[in-house]
Amino acid sequence: MSRVVRAGALSVRWEPRAAAVGVGLLAVGLAAAVFVVGTGDFPISAPEVVRALVGQGDQATTFIVTELRLPRAAVGLLAGLALGISGAIFQSMSRNPLGSPDLIGFTTGASTGALLQILVFGGGTLAIAAGSVAGAVGTAAAVYALSYRGGGVSGHRLVLIGVGAAAMLEAANSYLITRAELREAYEAAFWLTGSLNNRGWEHAAPLGWALAVLVPLALAYGRRLTMGELGDDAAQALGVPVQRSRAVLVAVGVGLTAVSATAVGPVPFVALVAPQLARRLTRRTGPHLMSAGLMGAALLSVGDLISLKLPVAVPVGVVTGALGGLYLVWLLAATGRKGTT
Amino acid sequence: MSTPVREAPVRKEPVRAAAALGRAGGLLILAGALVAAMAASLAIGAENIPLGRVVDGLLHPDGSREALIVQDLRVPRTLLGVVVGASLGLAGALMQALTRNPLAEPGLLGVNGGAAFAVVLVIAFLDTRTSLVYVWAAFAGAAGAAVLVYAVGSYGRAGATPGRLVLAGAALNAVFSALTAGVMLLDPRTFDGFRFWQVGSLASRDLEVVAQLGPFMLAGAVLGLLLARPLNALALGEDAGRALGVSPARTRALGALAIVVLCGSATAAAGPIWFLGLAVPFMVRSLVGPDQRWVLPYSLLLAPVLLLAADIAGRVVARPGELETGIVTAFVGAPVFIWMVRRGKAPKQ
Repeated sequence: MSRVVRAGALSVRWEPRAAAVGVGLLAVGLAAAVFVVGTGDFPISAPEVVRALVGQGDQATTFIVTELRLPRAAVGLLAGLALGISGAIFQSMSRNPLGSPDLIGFTTGASTGALLQILVFGGGTLAIAAGSVAGAVGTAAAVYALSYRGGGVSGHRLVLIGVGAAAMLEAANSYLITRAELREAYEAAFWLTGSLNNRGWEHAAPLGWALAVLVPLALAYGRRLTMGELGDDAAQALGVPVQRSRAVLVAVGVGLTAVSATAVGPVPFVALVAPQLARRLTRRTGPHLMSAGLMGAALLSVGDLISLKLPVAVPVGVVTGALGGLYLVWLLAATGRKGTT
Repeated sequence: MSTPVREAPVRKEPVRAAAALGRAGGLLILAGALVAAMAASLAIGAENIPLGRVVDGLLHPDGSREALIVQDLRVPRTLLGVVVGASLGLAGALMQALTRNPLAEPGLLGVNGGAAFAVVLVIAFLDTRTSLVYVWAAFAGAAGAAVLVYAVGSYGRAGATPGRLVLAGAALNAVFSALTAGVMLLDPRTFDGFRFWQVGSLASRDLEVVAQLGPFMLAGAVLGLLLARPLNALALGEDAGRALGVSPARTRALGALAIVVLCGSATAAAGPIWFLGLAVPFMVRSLVGPDQRWVLPYSLLLAPVLLLAADIAGRVVARPGELETGIVTAFVGAPVFIWMVRRGKAPKQ
């Protein structure tokens, strides 16, 4: 399937299937984004959207496209990318398909931080964003510190302690929701479901900058995940500084989780399912961060488009949950028919 | 994910007998703790009632205020705590043994997701105030979801392997929770009803709930306990299990049935209670080892002790109001769980 392309001292592994899947997912995500931009009270056809994006449209259309609707589409793509990559990192590190940041408390911590801002302190958009980042980072730091023992952190222990922390924070969230006034709690519930409504450049720009730093870091260290999956000792023997790589990858994964939660709220299931779906499509045995990230972007973007086209207004989180879940069901059934697992 | 089971070292018979005696003694101690927890649950609350008066009130219901509190509020609540706790503990132990995944919890079979979806539909579209409607809707939702998960997970030639069941459960859970959120957010009234159901609580349930769901729980518990030996055999691997005369497919199907009945009725009775089904079997395994003949009964007894303790704590810390049991279990259980993981007693991957 794959072969190595060499040019002098440099060599790159070229995997046609993974590359094709990546290009396909990117195309799906971008196409969905174009239709998202075209949807609204003032519908714009896809060719017109593209013309406006390349600077050929008329003034009114260009304003609607670039100022009002493009931020939403951009936030969807970028947050999806972040969710997919962070899910792949944590699942690979814990060697458990359930080890996504939703499950091990980081997303829940982000929600707790945001809920505190919405329900208790009554903060605005910026305060909610800061609260959710602080919640995710604080949870991650606590989980990491608690799983540090005997000079290192084992991925297995990290997940178990994360599950404990998630349960506690979930309870805290429920406490806040049941004690709050109905109107505020209702608003908070929208946030908790994950929503892309009313997103502007003030959301998209910081997200873009954060990803410009975090994604290259993740990809640079991502290769070591493959060796990490062989076990700590084997990875060490292959020359991977296991503990340092793990610390960097945890930091990057938490960062990605935090910025995506800040931008769209804790959208369910994208981080859990994107790496699994990407892995099945590329038929790779190891983790592949880029295809997982592109899968996340495509999922969130398509999900947003569907949520916009539905007759009742639902937040995007409802659609991604249902869509991703059904797709996984279908994949399971399809592989079951062939008799593989 | 590999098994949490270690090879049992070959030991001399007297040592094994002593160990068995120790474990049986532990079981007795747990049973004693359960009785003590029940007594405390009857006595402690917004108004403390001395144990003597509790017994009086039970034996000679004289219509006094205290007798009424005990009879109408504390007895249903305590019994509910016992059956719900026992069901969740046993269901969790079965789930972890079946999937050979220490992270598995009964909710992964789609039970909680299905129950929640059924309840939110009732709140949104049926105008009803009777709690029994909620209970049966939740039970039906849980059972329906579990059947669906099992059908998806066992579809095709590969059969219902643990990994496929967990994946199917996670997938359908996500679908259900998305649909639940969609319905919940339709209007604030539905959201208001649902936000209180989604925090598990033992408070203000009738004895009728226990009476109606009790038989299901009992049947599930008997079935679950009978599976200890086949599960032990399967822990050695499917081939070894078959060689020992155990049918993996049948054991899994029966185990799943027991889990659904136990966990479905517990969730129907008290709403979703987090963490008990995950943490209790985990703690138990670090105490008694991997032998399911001990893990299952220990989980059955330890979980209600912890659930009652959490319920009592919830009544005491926020007097005269109270904290919901589901919140307390998570807040008390999680640190204990984290501490045990840190101590390294965690079963190895």
